[in-house]
Amino acid sequence: MSDIVLEVRGITKRFPGVLANDQVDLTLRQGEILALLGENGAGKSTLMNIVYGLYHPDEGELLVKGQAVKLNGPRDAIGRGIGMVHQHFQLIPVMTVAENVVLGEEVVRAGGVLDRAKAEQRVRDLSHQYGLEVDPAAIIEELPVGTQQRVEIVKALYRKAEILILDEPTAVLTPQEGEELFAIMRELAARGVSIIFISHKLKEVLAVATRIMVMRAGRVVGEAEPAEATEASLASMMVGRDVILQVPKAPAKPGDVVLHVDALTALDDRKHQAVSGVSFEVRAGEILGIAGVQGNGQTELVEVLTGLRASGGGRVTIGGRDLTHATARDYTLAGGAHIPEDRHRYGMVLQYTVADNLVLNYYFQAPFARGLQVNQPAVDANAVQQVKAFDIRTPTIDTRGGSLSGGNQQKVVVAREVSRPIKLLIASQPTRGLDVGSIEYIHRQIVVQRDAGCAVLLVSAELDEIMALSDRIAVMYKGQILATLAAADATREQLGLLMAGVH
Amino acid sequence: MQIKSPTFLRSLTQTLVLPLLSVVTAVLVGSLFMLLNGYNPLAAYAGMLDGAFGSPTSVARTLLSAIPLLFSGLSVAFAFKGGLFNIGGEGQLFLGAVASAWVGVAFAGLPGVIHMTLAVLAGFIAGALWGGISGALKAYTGAHEVITTIMLNNLAIILAGWLVSQGGEGQTPGPLRDPDPLNIVPRTAQVAESARLPVLFKLGSESINFGLILAILAILIIWWLVWRSTFGFELRMVGLNPSAGKYAGVNVKRTTITTMAIAGGLAALAGAIETLGRNYYFAPNFNTGYGFDGIAVALLGKSHPLGVGLSAVLFGAMDAGTTRMQLAARVPSEIIQIVQALVLVFIAAPEIIRFIYRMRLEKEERAALSAGWGQR
Repeated sequence: MSDIVLEVRGITKRFPGVLANDQVDLTLRQGEILALLGENGAGKSTLMNIVYGLYHPDEGELLVKGQAVKLNGPRDAIGRGIGMVHQHFQLIPVMTVAENVVLGEEVVRAGGVLDRAKAEQRVRDLSHQYGLEVDPAAIIEELPVGTQQRVEIVKALYRKAEILILDEPTAVLTPQEGEELFAIMRELAARGVSIIFISHKLKEVLAVATRIMVMRAGRVVGEAEPAEATEASLASMMVGRDVILQVPKAPAKPGDVVLHVDALTALDDRKHQAVSGVSFEVRAGEILGIAGVQGNGQTELVEVLTGLRASGGGRVTIGGRDLTHATARDYTLAGGAHIPEDRHRYGMVLQYTVADNLVLNYYFQAPFARGLQVNQPAVDANAVQQVKAFDIRTPTIDTRGGSLSGGNQQKVVVAREVSRPIKLLIASQPTRGLDVGSIEYIHRQIVVQRDAGCAVLLVSAELDEIMALSDRIAVMYKGQILATLAAADATREQLGLLMAGVH
Repeated sequence: MQIKSPTFLRSLTQTLVLPLLSVVTAVLVGSLFMLLNGYNPLAAYAGMLDGAFGSPTSVARTLLSAIPLLFSGLSVAFAFKGGLFNIGGEGQLFLGAVASAWVGVAFAGLPGVIHMTLAVLAGFIAGALWGGISGALKAYTGAHEVITTIMLNNLAIILAGWLVSQGGEGQTPGPLRDPDPLNIVPRTAQVAESARLPVLFKLGSESINFGLILAILAILIIWWLVWRSTFGFELRMVGLNPSAGKYAGVNVKRTTITTMAIAGGLAALAGAIETLGRNYYFAPNFNTGYGFDGIAVALLGKSHPLGVGLSAVLFGAMDAGTTRMQLAARVPSEIIQIVQALVLVFIAAPEIIRFIYRMRLEKEERAALSAGWGQR
């Protein structure tokens, strides 16, 4: 068929100890939005890095528009009309949109002087052509994440990409930004651009893809048409077994107030008011969910509560004890647990072993410390027990935390935080970037903690997660809590409006 | 599931391979230099080996150079484990030497063991305070320790020089200058017998002092402190990921200050041991750059206490062998400096070595490398 723009035949790629891609076949037709669905570690990114020329396949071949090619790096791929937008943007924050777009292929006037006006005009033309709204003169770091992503897409189009690979594009976006991206993707496809879209989120795959390919453990395990597939059918194809998308939970039995927050304020890193007088309480045995679009003060709120950021005013008590100006150590010792939103920054030391990461914040307590010394046998024994209890997939307990998959890293964090006696669990974006199987597991753990009488504060930008777990839902907007609803009465529409500041 | 990885030995050899290959390659490239300049590399290296290990006296000289190098190397390595780059070894070493000389002179009459211990401790404390300043500046103002340690180096060297300065022409001599009018050199008086490090044994015409025992103890203590103590758990955590350190309840500011203080104290011990074990006085020209060489020693030793010990011996041997090499092959001492510099180049740029020997880089190692110095 002549409209096949990309064909992958029998690609195999091995890494030491891992078969990342095993005889993978894939075809992409012009104007298609092909979703590549799979759990973390299923081989999606490896396959796309091969298509983009970052890796050489051990076996197999690559055909672009029917012609066998050998790619020696992204430059070759770009030359063949393949563009890729990575999860972590490759933009220079202090430069303008136009400068970033033309970087490496600058439009110059005589004498090698950058023709800024022409560069900006080209960017403007491209944005009009494909309906991608960007201001060519804007500075990257001042733009919201969703717009930065659009710049990445313009960058690829500027380099005449006809095949566009998007690696987990919605991982960094708010739900609204996600919708905007999908509109852009449909527009691009209508204009003949072929898109491969890597994801592990079922809803969005069903919403935007024209064809779905599912990978598991390095192999293609199935293909589906979005019209015929359901979330459940895709999930079981992805994980290889039936998955419960909604964790079952009994009605809450709230007890005494554990966390009491009164008129709390806090500044963000740029010294702007991020939390402006927030008050709420969380009782033992209930889950209070804080919904809201990212960047409305949730991050700062959690950091103040867990001792990572100074409070600007107000009062916080945990179990009656004043912890307004607590350090992270005070918070831990008061019976607080914290699943941080950024596990790589706060949650673990990637170079530390799994065993050490499992005692990261209470290594100083018996039995893990004996006098001035770390009691390694106790640390190791604890690790063996947790790895088993929380089903952490790791070759050994002294494997580095950084070499585990994202889901297993998060299990390490969760295991550490909930395996000691705690009164309060603050979980911030606990399943961000995780696959279906891990999400299910972590949701279960959170419910288990609630049922054991722990007070749980859940902060998430994923409305589905908030609705699935919470007993009460508070919506945060511009540093304030606009409303607190009983979960049973809350509807998506109502919450969506509150998240947008309408009430 | 296996409990522990069986790969401990393999990873140990992998750690050693790169420094060893760097040294070998540096020696080979150094030979090329000599050939191009008309010298006989075989004769030169034979001369060097002879000068470093050929007789009891030369072994002693290698050891005597290795001891201060070990301390200044441990200083850099220890700070590095905490994510800090201590370039202040030179200044810390000067202050350690002055402080121990002062105690050695001023408290004459104390019983031997006590006096000696006090003098060594005074050296350590002087360096610890000096290093601690850089740590505190980093913790409370964010001033980068590379800048502050370099600045404090100059300050320390000038301060030490002034303390023993000559005076004359209306200027009063420095407060610690030897009061003996017959001495025309700017230096302190001789430290009392009771403060001197005892001689352990004679090796040829040189004496090996108690500093050797202190060096071995230092390796063991630093190893324990970094890898076994709860402080080491915090130190490494702050070095690898300060945010995670904060999350884990570590007082990051205090850890930074303590780390720099211990690093400063270690470098100062090099000066104290030179003063109390070999020279018996402090003179500003006593030091041959041990403080700065510590950076090289730590790099080659991969910041592991044992590795630092081995590389200190290697650098000590190069120091001791240089004279003999000059005599035997008429090779200028600059050549050995070239070899030393090449070792550093290859260590600092491991990709060159990997390329030459077609070594594969493991994924984990790459992550560790990219999280290395200068990340903060």
